Amino acid sequence: MYNFTLWDILSNLLLAARWTVLLSVIAFVCGGIAGILVLLARVAPLRPLRTAMKLYIELFQGTPLLMQLFIVFFALPLTGIETSPWTAAAVALTLFTSAYLAEIWRGCVEAVPRGQWEASASLALSYGEQMRYVVLPQALRIAVPPTVGFSVQVVKGTAVTSIIGFVEVTKAGTMITNATFQPFLVYGLVGLIYFVLCYPLSLSAKALERKLNVAR
Amino acid sequence: MSLADQSVSPSARPLVKLSNIRKSFGSVEVLKGVDMAVQEGQVVAMIGRSGSGKSTLLRSINGLERIDDGVIEVDGECVDPSQIDLRALRLKVGMVFQQFNLFPHLTAGENVMLALKVVKKQDKAACRAAAEAALSKVGLGHKFDAYPSQLSGGQQQRVAIARSLAMAPKVLLCDEITSALDPELVNEVLSVVRQLAEEGMTLLLVTHEMRFAREVCDSLVFMHGGRIIEQGPPAELFDRPQTPELAQFVGMVEAR
Ligand SMILES: Nc1ncnc2c1ncn2[C@@H]1O[C@H](COP(=O)(O)OP(=O)(O)OP(=O)(O)O)[C@@H](O)[C@H]1O
Ligand SMILES: [Mg+2]
Repeated sequence: MYNFTLWDILSNLLLAARWTVLLSVIAFVCGGIAGILVLLARVAPLRPLRTAMKLYIELFQGTPLLMQLFIVFFALPLTGIETSPWTAAAVALTLFTSAYLAEIWRGCVEAVPRGQWEASASLALSYGEQMRYVVLPQALRIAVPPTVGFSVQVVKGTAVTSIIGFVEVTKAGTMITNATFQPFLVYGLVGLIYFVLCYPLSLSAKALERKLNVAR
Repeated sequence: MSLADQSVSPSARPLVKLSNIRKSFGSVEVLKGVDMAVQEGQVVAMIGRSGSGKSTLLRSINGLERIDDGVIEVDGECVDPSQIDLRALRLKVGMVFQQFNLFPHLTAGENVMLALKVVKKQDKAACRAAAEAALSKVGLGHKFDAYPSQLSGGQQQRVAIARSLAMAPKVLLCDEITSALDPELVNEVLSVVRQLAEEGMTLLLVTHEMRFAREVCDSLVFMHGGRIIEQGPPAELFDRPQTPELAQFVGMVEAR
């Protein structure tokens, strides 16, 4: 039987970790863009739109990510869209991320004092202009720390996609364990990789939060 | 005292005309049919007990509160409860708030320029010139690049006044604009208002500064329970109140 060196294991895990990173980035960027749209609809001065988005958010917050992944993976093919584990993972994580980010950002928009809306309204700004020039810039500042903090959840969330056969770092760990019978070593390394990815994000979220608190 | 006395326009149509304004919050009627007229160049102060509806009335005039009934007319711009587009009205009515409400992420200059750029679509140079002029007018030309957090309350309120003035409104509404200020900062704001009054700006103020009201205003409006129950020249109202409510209010204020 072939003997795996530590380097063999680690290099294979790192190769798979590229997919974890890529999936995280895609989910975060696409989820962020979708999240902005959901946010705008969620706070729009149109009740049906707000209610629809509230449902959307509650749906994704109220069900396990794993379920969402299964549904996307098995439901998309029914609509005729060819679904690889890769697409399903990206779509599910994007939807999940958009819902959470929209809800985080809604809190930030609502934290902008009412006086800011009133002052800008009295200067004859339209709703869109108020949002763009007065409210969103202020909400953005408050939003940075929790947004960066949430990116950690996205990175960890990618682990779930191993279940539909997407080979990111967790799935790679399982495969290598099956070949080497060294679960502690392999999963230890997998955990370490997640930690190296996530810890800087948590740290910077905390640092940003401190910086913003000082600035006020 | 002001331009209004000398230059009443031929038609003598008031600049601001309120007819039968009604407004309820839930089941509580806060404005119970208010009629009022402000001539161009007039300085009018509204006084009255807390909860008498002064702020609500003022906020209705630029559409921050949607009225339930009645008509608001400002310089030919008519608003009734069915109206949704308020832009035209708000271009004619400026407002200054008790809490300043400057945009904290923008400098003083940017605060003033924002609506000029976004609403009036003026080019950069014109915006800057107008903002500099407006800030100089309130004595803060040198604070163009300061952020609100770097300014005192009095300075912030003067920037807020400049921000409204730069839009060249026909009338400026001021809701207790010195109430949030430390006592030593009140006068710098009042003297700006006084200067505006002298220049013929039409002003409608809610104020608790009775001495200021007496000295600067052409007319005083006393609100009580959602109605205007007395109005006239300040000296007359203060010295010879006709209703027990006003007499009590004046006594209360003067006892302070
Ligand atoms: N958004 C609102 N929702 C419910 N009630 C309100 C609202 N705004 C004002 N009110 C009520 O309307 C009444 C009049 O309020 P308003 O603020 O106009 O009084 P005011 O004369 O300006 O008083 P103050 O001198 O305290 O500023 C008060 O009883 C107040 O509680
Ligand atoms: Mg008030």
